[in-house]
Amino acid sequence: MQDLNLLANDNRGQTDLGNSSSLVGWDEVTQGTILQSFEGDATGIAQKKAEERSYSNFNSYTATVASWRVKKPVFNIDVCIDCQNCWVWCPDSSILSRDKQMLGIDYDHCKGCEVCVEVCPTNPKSLLMFSEYTPLDEALSQWPEKKKKEEK
Amino acid sequence: MAITSIKNLKEFSTNNDRFEGAHTLCPGCAHSMIVRELMNCTDDNLVISSNTGCLEVSTAVYPFTSWDTSWIHIGFENAATAVSGAEAMHKARKRKGTLKDNDAPVKFVAFGGDGSTYDIGFQWLSGAVERGHDFTYICLDNENYANTGGQRSSATPIGATTTTAQAGSHSYGKKEKKKDMVAIMAAHGAPYVAQLAPNKWKSMAKGFQKALETEGPCFINTVSPCCTEWKFDPKDTIGITDLATDSLMFPVYEIIDGHELNILYRPKNIISVEEYMGAQGRYKHLFKPEYRHVIDQVQKDVDAYWDYLQRREEARI
Repeated sequence: MQDLNLLANDNRGQTDLGNSSSLVGWDEVTQGTILQSFEGDATGIAQKKAEERSYSNFNSYTATVASWRVKKPVFNIDVCIDCQNCWVWCPDSSILSRDKQMLGIDYDHCKGCEVCVEVCPTNPKSLLMFSEYTPLDEALSQWPEKKKKEEK
Repeated sequence: MAITSIKNLKEFSTNNDRFEGAHTLCPGCAHSMIVRELMNCTDDNLVISSNTGCLEVSTAVYPFTSWDTSWIHIGFENAATAVSGAEAMHKARKRKGTLKDNDAPVKFVAFGGDGSTYDIGFQWLSGAVERGHDFTYICLDNENYANTGGQRSSATPIGATTTTAQAGSHSYGKKEKKKDMVAIMAAHGAPYVAQLAPNKWKSMAKGFQKALETEGPCFINTVSPCCTEWKFDPKDTIGITDLATDSLMFPVYEIIDGHELNILYRPKNIISVEEYMGAQGRYKHLFKPEYRHVIDQVQKDVDAYWDYLQRREEARI
């Protein structure tokens, strides 16, 4: 019996909780991290374009992943037919489309995955990959000519 | 509910993105294509919950968040539980009239990878569907635990090599077949269950809108090719998805009320699974003569499953 009493009073390895006032209820527990995506009221944010929104510093829109890129996509507006294939399949929300028109590429968020170039249906493609350091006008001057259909 | 027009891509593209860039998913990851599409196909307020996985760790890298909606993360397995709790609270507060805007439509969505849907979160998802909460669960199926380095999950198909089911001189990779999650969820009696693919953007957006509109628990399994673990070039993400749907490795279909099956995409030219497997590094070893029989086996299974789907569509059972 003595052994059992010893066991019952053995407090080794147990944290001393102190007096009961330090215990908190379920609604008083310290919250996890809460990051606000926007400054102020975010009502109706789905109706606002990116340039009309007030992003907070916690929103990854204010960050950049441009350093991930080795090659960058270059957009040639003369060939584009505004099919928006690149917009729907861009994994990084980097295609700037406004009022059904493709305007260009958001180089802060583009990782250079080349998906937009692959899905571009025009001939020649209106998006092509160039080295990160190629200036825009130089890239546009190197644009290939329209390819003729291969003769069978 | 305010659904956005998906008549054609031009109209769809007038939506404003609520999933921001500069998340840290791999370049060419299909996860963000699927998430973007879901958030673009509605204007309603969204309450989103994510299981642990690639999507969760990449979109909430402290101090940044890529979500312009309410987003919650708790544990590996309980996105379905978290979102069903939020939904129950919303319903109660709506009844009591204590919400800021009592009439604003809110949709509840949970995202999980295949590891947290097929394996770890299976019980939690099953419970949430059984309780009948009004939410949509979307599984981003990349067929392995990509976040932790490509371990096998029960969604990994037979013959694929993973870091815990490696191909070598004595093994052809994973030896077990993939779990049929869509059929399991349909058997729960969920009002809308579907398998969709990001390359068919229209059927995917339609499926998402249908699931959000449907009252009750909906489950959607989406194919999400993983360039890192399937071992292909990031630019080929959509091309690989095309191969997946055309070879019928991932048939695109929906099941309404557990019995009404509709096939949403019938490939004009059905290609062999060999072509799909040949495009990916994880199946490379199967092309050795000693493992050829695995490809033949997979082809047989895929043909039989397509036959089964077609017969079910016709019989309406």
